[in-house]
Amino acid sequence: MNAREEDVPIIEVEGLRTQFGDNVIHDDLDLSVRRNEILGVVGGSGTGKSVLMRAIIGLKEPSAGIVRVFGEDFYSLGAEARLAVERRWGVLFQGGALFSSMTVAQNVMAPINEHLGLPPALAADIAAMKISMAGLPPDAGAKYPSELSGGMSKRAGLARALALDPEIVFLDEPTAGLDPIGAENFDRLIVSLKESLGLTVFMVTHDLDTLHATCDRVAVLAEKKVIAIGPLDEVRRSDHPWIREYFSGPRGRAALEAKKADASAPVGKV
Amino acid sequence: MTPAAFSTDLDNGILRLKAAGDWQARHLGAIDEALRDFEDDAVGRELIIDISGVGRLDTAGAMVLERVLRACSRRTQASRIVGGSEAHQTLIANVAPHVAPCEVEPARRNAFLMMVNRLGKGIVEGYYAALEILNFVGLTLTTFARVIREPSRLRVTSIFYHMEEAGVNAMPIVGLMSFMIGAVVAFMGAKILRLFNAEVFTVELVGISVLREFGVLLAAILVAGRSGSAFTAAIGAMKIREEIDAMKALGLDPVETLVIPRAIALILMMPVLTFMASILGVIGGGLVAATAMEISPAFFVGRLQETIALSNFWVGLIKAPFFAFVIAIIGCYQGMEVAGSSESLGQRTTLSVVQSLFIVIILDAFFAMFFLEIDY
Repeated sequence: MNAREEDVPIIEVEGLRTQFGDNVIHDDLDLSVRRNEILGVVGGSGTGKSVLMRAIIGLKEPSAGIVRVFGEDFYSLGAEARLAVERRWGVLFQGGALFSSMTVAQNVMAPINEHLGLPPALAADIAAMKISMAGLPPDAGAKYPSELSGGMSKRAGLARALALDPEIVFLDEPTAGLDPIGAENFDRLIVSLKESLGLTVFMVTHDLDTLHATCDRVAVLAEKKVIAIGPLDEVRRSDHPWIREYFSGPRGRAALEAKKADASAPVGKV
Repeated sequence: MTPAAFSTDLDNGILRLKAAGDWQARHLGAIDEALRDFEDDAVGRELIIDISGVGRLDTAGAMVLERVLRACSRRTQASRIVGGSEAHQTLIANVAPHVAPCEVEPARRNAFLMMVNRLGKGIVEGYYAALEILNFVGLTLTTFARVIREPSRLRVTSIFYHMEEAGVNAMPIVGLMSFMIGAVVAFMGAKILRLFNAEVFTVELVGISVLREFGVLLAAILVAGRSGSAFTAAIGAMKIREEIDAMKALGLDPVETLVIPRAIALILMMPVLTFMASILGVIGGGLVAATAMEISPAFFVGRLQETIALSNFWVGLIKAPFFAFVIAIIGCYQGMEVAGSSESLGQRTTLSVVQSLFIVIILDAFFAMFFLEIDY
């Protein structure tokens, strides 16, 4: 990794325009994600948070604008170069999107077998490590997705997203549908993985607690653009009406207080 | 970028493994077997893994190093990883707690036992499936009786929708297939009957076979493949998305709202499809007779009227609603049986087509015997 690569934003979106038919979702949207940060993308329902993620990972071709990932203009790449970029990121879809005909371990092994062609025993060892990293017990490996709870499915999906040692992980609503304890554990897992593996995390979320607990920066989507981006404290001070309502509503305040209480609690608490 | 490599030497009881190159997942495949051999064979007082020569390291590389370390530490007195940058050491430390094998698949048992087990399970399940289908037939009939007494409960829009979807839209393909089959039968008949100088009997051959059997069977086969499977897939997808449960919770009877309209639509449309298939089959046969043999259309129709009893036509038509009922019931029943995964949806859709064709053909054989006995 040379010095230049270090400075360039890992994801750069310029003048993005996406639309379904006549329905314009994003118009002239700019966004950049720095290396080794957790960026939380928030916004009301229907503001195109997931669509933005899909535009970056190549599932929804934008009608205008440039998406640069690892400094390369993704949509102008040929098929092979695209594949090379795709191998460097991992995606956790909202429901986990596990392949239902395979066990969890086989799910994690699927990208390894497809792209690396390793001997089965080594692939199984790597899968076991990722499953453990995602916080699943070892006996989860032989289970089928239909036997997993919602939280376990997400962890299994995360294990699969981590299979190829990605540099960027995209998370679509990682804590939606989890109980508060499960969500908190998942937040901690994301932060610890980011620290230990040097990941960059692009996270679409609704969860205020998750924002407080994990994100280095927050991007707010409204009016087809990113209307504010920066550390949470900065963004919260914006006087855009939606942002004010979002962070100053009862839920926003509760999450903030929880964060303060957490920070003032004695170190080394259980 | 250099592939991962390693060298070992034993000096004075101290086993030394020097790692070099990029220890990344894609390079590890080449050296994994050698490393496992080393894990199995290593003996020494102390193991030192020297990673100062390692370029890039990823989690898989760290995991493999840690695995070697652990495997050997069972036989050596002390073992450690030395050298390497701080980042590498941190990565290994972060990965270390997660190095533990896990099962990839549920444990397999003895193949013979599994086979016997599956056979037994298949037989028992077949028995219960037959009972359940019978149960479903009863449920549908009682619901039907209730709906008939209260015609306002009949979902007319839904019935017409399915009549169009399963009936009208199937007409082109049913007609075309039947036309082709009629032509093929005429060709085959002409070729063989010519040996006996009895080409005129082609008319009887086409008439009886198409009117009595082929028309209705072709219609049934195509409807089972087109609509039976569609019923299963649609109802199955609703089952997966809990729509069926939502209906029950709202006091809507799924049999009344989903099964009855489909069954009625098929029962009404199948005779129409059969009629069309029969006519087009005969026309196909007649066309071949006119072009490949010297049997003019006028003669063909005349002989058809003289020699083919009308009963042949009725036999074909009478069977149609029964086949329609079987296809609709099995299609809906299999849809209701879908559970959980998308794989189950696929399996049930296959089962739906196979079972309804199976029962249609058995039923057809019973009808054949019945009409033979009553001499119709």
